[in-house]
Amino acid sequence: MVAVPTTAPTAEAPRSRGRRQRLTLERVVFFAMFLGLPLLVYVLFVVSPFVQAFYYSLTDWRGVSASQDFIGLKNYATLFADDNFRRALWHNAVLMVVLPLITITLAYALAVLVTIGGDSRGEVKGIRGASVYRVISFFPYVIPAVVIGILFAFIYAPGGGLLNGLLGLVGIDSQIAWLGDPRVAMAAIVVAVVWNMVGFYMVLFVAAIKAVPSEVIEAARLDGAGRLRLSVQVVLPMIRENISTALVYMGIMALDMFVFVNVMTPNGGTSKSTEVVSRYLYETAFQKSNFGLASAMGVVMALFTMIMAAIVLLSSRRRER
Amino acid sequence: MSAVRTADADAAGRTSASSGSGGAVPVEPRRRRASGGDRVFAAVSHVILALWALVVILPLLWTVFSSFKDSRSILASPFSFPKTWNFDNFARAWTTAGIGRYFLNTVIVVGASLVLVMLLGAMCAYVLARYTFPGRTIIYYALIAGLTFPLFLAVVPLFFILKSMGLQGNYLGLILSYVGFALPFTVFFLYAFFRQLPDEIGEAAQIDGAGDFRTFFQVMLPMAKPGLVSITIFNFLGLWNQFLLPIVLNTDPDKYVLAQGLANMQAQQGYQTDWSAMFASVTITILPVLIVYVIFQRQLQGGVGPSTNK
Repeated sequence: MVAVPTTAPTAEAPRSRGRRQRLTLERVVFFAMFLGLPLLVYVLFVVSPFVQAFYYSLTDWRGVSASQDFIGLKNYATLFADDNFRRALWHNAVLMVVLPLITITLAYALAVLVTIGGDSRGEVKGIRGASVYRVISFFPYVIPAVVIGILFAFIYAPGGGLLNGLLGLVGIDSQIAWLGDPRVAMAAIVVAVVWNMVGFYMVLFVAAIKAVPSEVIEAARLDGAGRLRLSVQVVLPMIRENISTALVYMGIMALDMFVFVNVMTPNGGTSKSTEVVSRYLYETAFQKSNFGLASAMGVVMALFTMIMAAIVLLSSRRRER
Repeated sequence: MSAVRTADADAAGRTSASSGSGGAVPVEPRRRRASGGDRVFAAVSHVILALWALVVILPLLWTVFSSFKDSRSILASPFSFPKTWNFDNFARAWTTAGIGRYFLNTVIVVGASLVLVMLLGAMCAYVLARYTFPGRTIIYYALIAGLTFPLFLAVVPLFFILKSMGLQGNYLGLILSYVGFALPFTVFFLYAFFRQLPDEIGEAAQIDGAGDFRTFFQVMLPMAKPGLVSITIFNFLGLWNQFLLPIVLNTDPDKYVLAQGLANMQAQQGYQTDWSAMFASVTITILPVLIVYVIFQRQLQGGVGPSTNK
């Protein structure tokens, strides 16, 4: 799910009125229902699993409740001694850098072409047919990730796949099994994810660029800024908040990747070339029943996520000053 | 998405307004003079954008065409138009492969979750946004924190929580989990909407004798409709996409949702290669949502024609 919170909530409460604060029976029932019910669901199905996961990560639990012993940080020691886990974590770390970079750059470039690609005289104009490009680019975002995984597994199929077929059309007789070859499998998955997400961020950036006051862009033009300088040095800083939010969300996605990896390379790829933590966690928990160890993986990833988000958000905030 | 769309609509309005006022003025000579670099740049832009559009559309077209072919010609000639339009691929996907059942399951689970999460989310956001009480801020931030935790940290304990409650492996457990995990997002955005509504309206409703419930259902909820619609769409896409929760919690093959059923089918492809039914299943999954999106887009834009969108 993609949530794009760009604005922090304002802290101050609506002006309280004496009349409103009176406790009547109706108000008690009202609060119990309106606040109690949602919070009950939230605490039961979201908060408590998260809290329990931290505890499980300190036990050797294997699903049979009798054999649940507290073993301190032993799971974490086991994890970091495990080559497969380290490889998975490394893959996630690389993805966390590569995936947002490619996606956001491409999305921003396309958004710029659509919004300020038009006539450079007078009012800032978009390119002709901008909305057609925008609508089409958004298509992949409405397709479920599982389906994209399946679709790209077809595209990458060594025989009869679209990619090798296209290469054949231009005279390259490729027999590469794109997802089976450890050298290219991860890149192939990255391409699928980029294909999935670019349109969404493009649409987001188009809206952000349109919100930039046109006086600013016109002033920069009068000062002789070309389109490249305009988009990199004028517009980009003005939509920094959107960019950093997008970076965080792509980063979170790169730390997950479960659906894509699980569908395209079911066992983590040839010699674990596409293994990521989320898939390894799933296997550890639900195929090997090692719930304690799996929870420890989840905790490591949660910490990873929070550190990443904090770094991106703090650094973008600091530069603003 | 709502912000995006409304911004689009605004811009469309603005450009049409500006072209109305400034378009008739001697633009012609200026445009001719401006040609050189502009025209080259526009051409290059069009080429790049068209290439990207092609990259997006080609796989989709290929899927749709392949879904009409028989398995052998998919492999032999991947680029030809289907020679005969095999509609029985779809029939096979719908019944034999079980896509019909998965589709129905998905509609039930996503539909129920959507109604529930929008109702509970709106209620919660409304109370948080328009009432003052101790603990309000803490509750708000506790909800928002749920947006940042990775889902796969929660699935192991969640599985056992549902199991102990007898909710594992049935619709209700899955629905409640969907609701729980979609709640932070829903509350976060609806909170902003309810705060924007003017205070006077709530006051007027109270003076007219409406209690808390009536004020919410008959006054506030209708006014937050634009927000509700766009959050519903976002939640729909999110829940329709959901994969990790169902494969962990929804283990009964008869209750599989679409994403699960498709992944399962694909996993078995190695043994029984019915490519055409697979392509047909994928088409069945993609097309409805894509069509709904295109229609919706049109309504908002007033035509996807060559509008000079800024």
